[in-house]
Amino acid sequence: MGDRGKDDAMKHRKTNLEAVTDKPESQDPMARPATTSHKEARLGREVQARIGQQLRAMYNDFVNQGVPPHLSDLVRRLSDQDQD
Amino acid sequence: MKLDPAIRDQVLATVPSLRAFAISLCGNIDRADDLVQETLLRALAHIDSFQPGTNMPAWLFTILRNLFRSEYRKRRREVEDADGRYAETLKSHPEQTGRVEFEEFRAALAKLPADQREALILVGASGFSYDDAAAICGCAVGTIKSRVNRARTRLADLLAIDSVDDFGPDRATRAVLAGGGRS
Repeated sequence: MGDRGKDDAMKHRKTNLEAVTDKPESQDPMARPATTSHKEARLGREVQARIGQQLRAMYNDFVNQGVPPHLSDLVRRLSDQDQD
Repeated sequence: MKLDPAIRDQVLATVPSLRAFAISLCGNIDRADDLVQETLLRALAHIDSFQPGTNMPAWLFTILRNLFRSEYRKRRREVEDADGRYAETLKSHPEQTGRVEFEEFRAALAKLPADQREALILVGASGFSYDDAAAICGCAVGTIKSRVNRARTRLADLLAIDSVDDFGPDRATRAVLAGGGRS
């Protein structure tokens, strides 16, 4: 029961791909110096954003499938055993 | 002495994401669940080596990633084109991952080299920092960054060819995708 809040916490962790993708928004694109890294500029921002969205959608779908009972039971059972 | 319930709860809280990582890596739910089970057994058997207050998800993901890679190496010795086989498995049995919506994306993901795939998932979906992802994969931060970049470039190529429609119907988007960026 108490697991649900923690699951949400996992889901809300910031994804760094997003952070990287969004980085240009923190500065005026027009004001960017000509020396801006070509590595990040090579892929269009829209393409990067869409890849990020698809990846997270797929992953969150897996997260939301829930955990098979035998796996959480395993953790609880082993936790209750003596740890020596 | 029994395991500290707080530690146990941290483990339990990580399992959904750990399992999503496993499914994303190996593309098969049954195999992923075996991988998660093995990870949990090892983790709890060696819970003393976990430092309370440090990053539980990173610790568990490291164990799972190492188990997956050693299994992967084993398979690769047995079957030469492990990557190709993996891609075929995904293509012909999308139901193995439970859903069909992300079939195109998963098929593209499956075509990435394993090191790029894991880097992209850890940073782009699991929410780890580049530093944590580097620690999990046992490599330099710069290596993770370059793997993520290469993974995204390759995915953009694959998805533009295979499923432009999934990426949005407007022509501007298609042009960007087909051209790999504005010139």
